[in-house]
Amino acid sequence: MDIKAGLLKKDKRAAARLISMMENGESEAVQIIKECYGMTGHARIIGITGAPGVGKSTVTDKLAKQLRKEGKQIGIIAVDPTSPFTGGAILGDRVRMTDLNTDPGVFIRSMGTRGALGGLSKAVHGAVKILDIFGMDYIFIETVGVGQSEIDIVKLADTVIMVMVPGLGDDIQAIKAGIMEIGDIFAVNKSDRDGADRTAAEIEAMLDFNRSEEYRPPVLNIIARDNGGIEELIRLVEEHWEYENKSGSYKKKKSNRLKAEVMDIFRDSIMRTVHSMSENTNIINELIQKVMDKQLDPYSAADRLMDEFTENQRHKF
Amino acid sequence: MDRPIRVVVAKPGLDGHDRGAKVVARALRDAGMEVIYTGLRQTPEQIVETAIQEDADCVAMSILSGAHNHLFPKVVNLLKEKGIDDVLIVGGGVIPEDDIPGLIEAGVAGIFTPGTPTSVTIDFIRNNIKRK
Repeated sequence: MDIKAGLLKKDKRAAARLISMMENGESEAVQIIKECYGMTGHARIIGITGAPGVGKSTVTDKLAKQLRKEGKQIGIIAVDPTSPFTGGAILGDRVRMTDLNTDPGVFIRSMGTRGALGGLSKAVHGAVKILDIFGMDYIFIETVGVGQSEIDIVKLADTVIMVMVPGLGDDIQAIKAGIMEIGDIFAVNKSDRDGADRTAAEIEAMLDFNRSEEYRPPVLNIIARDNGGIEELIRLVEEHWEYENKSGSYKKKKSNRLKAEVMDIFRDSIMRTVHSMSENTNIINELIQKVMDKQLDPYSAADRLMDEFTENQRHKF
Repeated sequence: MDRPIRVVVAKPGLDGHDRGAKVVARALRDAGMEVIYTGLRQTPEQIVETAIQEDADCVAMSILSGAHNHLFPKVVNLLKEKGIDDVLIVGGGVIPEDDIPGLIEAGVAGIFTPGTPTSVTIDFIRNNIKRK
């Protein structure tokens, strides 16, 4: 299968295979993305985040269906956790998106976090580009829950929808998780349940002293299961997008995002270089042994590794 | 192989008994595989689309309704029609002994009936997937 030609012809198999190659860290995948990079930048990227069980998949499903009515092409990247013990994963987000499966204008991909440091973020970055090149108008990234890796991923998004539900602890929980800072829109799902208005009011109260900027994230009550509030939610996404563009904060966000990505890739390639250097010289193990024996402290060991790396690079040129 | 094997675990047809599928899904996860779980009442078209988009190595289906002779071959044929020949197809559920040869003939690589230790299914998938 010619993956690149397939991708350009909108063959879902080619896109799917390329995402796998990216997940598996194959350099050929990077090469294809490099060649097609000029075609990226069309898709709007929407992050859907929130604690487990709040209804992220259902919200994504309903948003996608609504946008499909408007003729938009939709990509969905749904991330679920990889077991740190076995490396396996159960990726179950499709269960809530069954009707979208056979829609030709939709591509859904489930991804495991796979645990490798920074690995997920790299694979998700890759998958977003692949779906963008494929020609999607909107790409949803649905995260596992709320935590550091989610924050890394949602940084990719143009707009982040934070999904919350009534009755998940008090407002202190919200401050703890740092979630007030990353949501551009707060959707209180399952709002037919008791306490929805209170949850919304608590979020508003947190926003009162969290934000100093001009843009204040709206808080919306929704009932995703019954499609309640979904059209309004899309309207808020559009409003946020307009604000971002008008205020110039999109440009800033985008430049920060690209910087973070380039630095990530750079860090990754340094780590790989150091590891392959150490395969020949065994320097990492030697240094660690010295730290074990208290001949060296960890800081000096890292300094030495850096010296060795610089020396190694000098010989290359 | 240093990448995880990706398996779509699907429930085609109309029966609502997914305990078996969930036990298998869990066992495959514990064997280090990435299991894409589709949920109940999937049409063959939905299963095939899922296998494509998820770039699956294997489609594992469970049926307890008796519709296996119809639905398993349908998935096999739909994949074939789309030119997909590198996906391993296995099935399970309450399937009479007499039906198994016909299903194998139709292109289902393995059939696992109740009582099969999950390790048998895991080994079968590991040893028979078509991509390295």
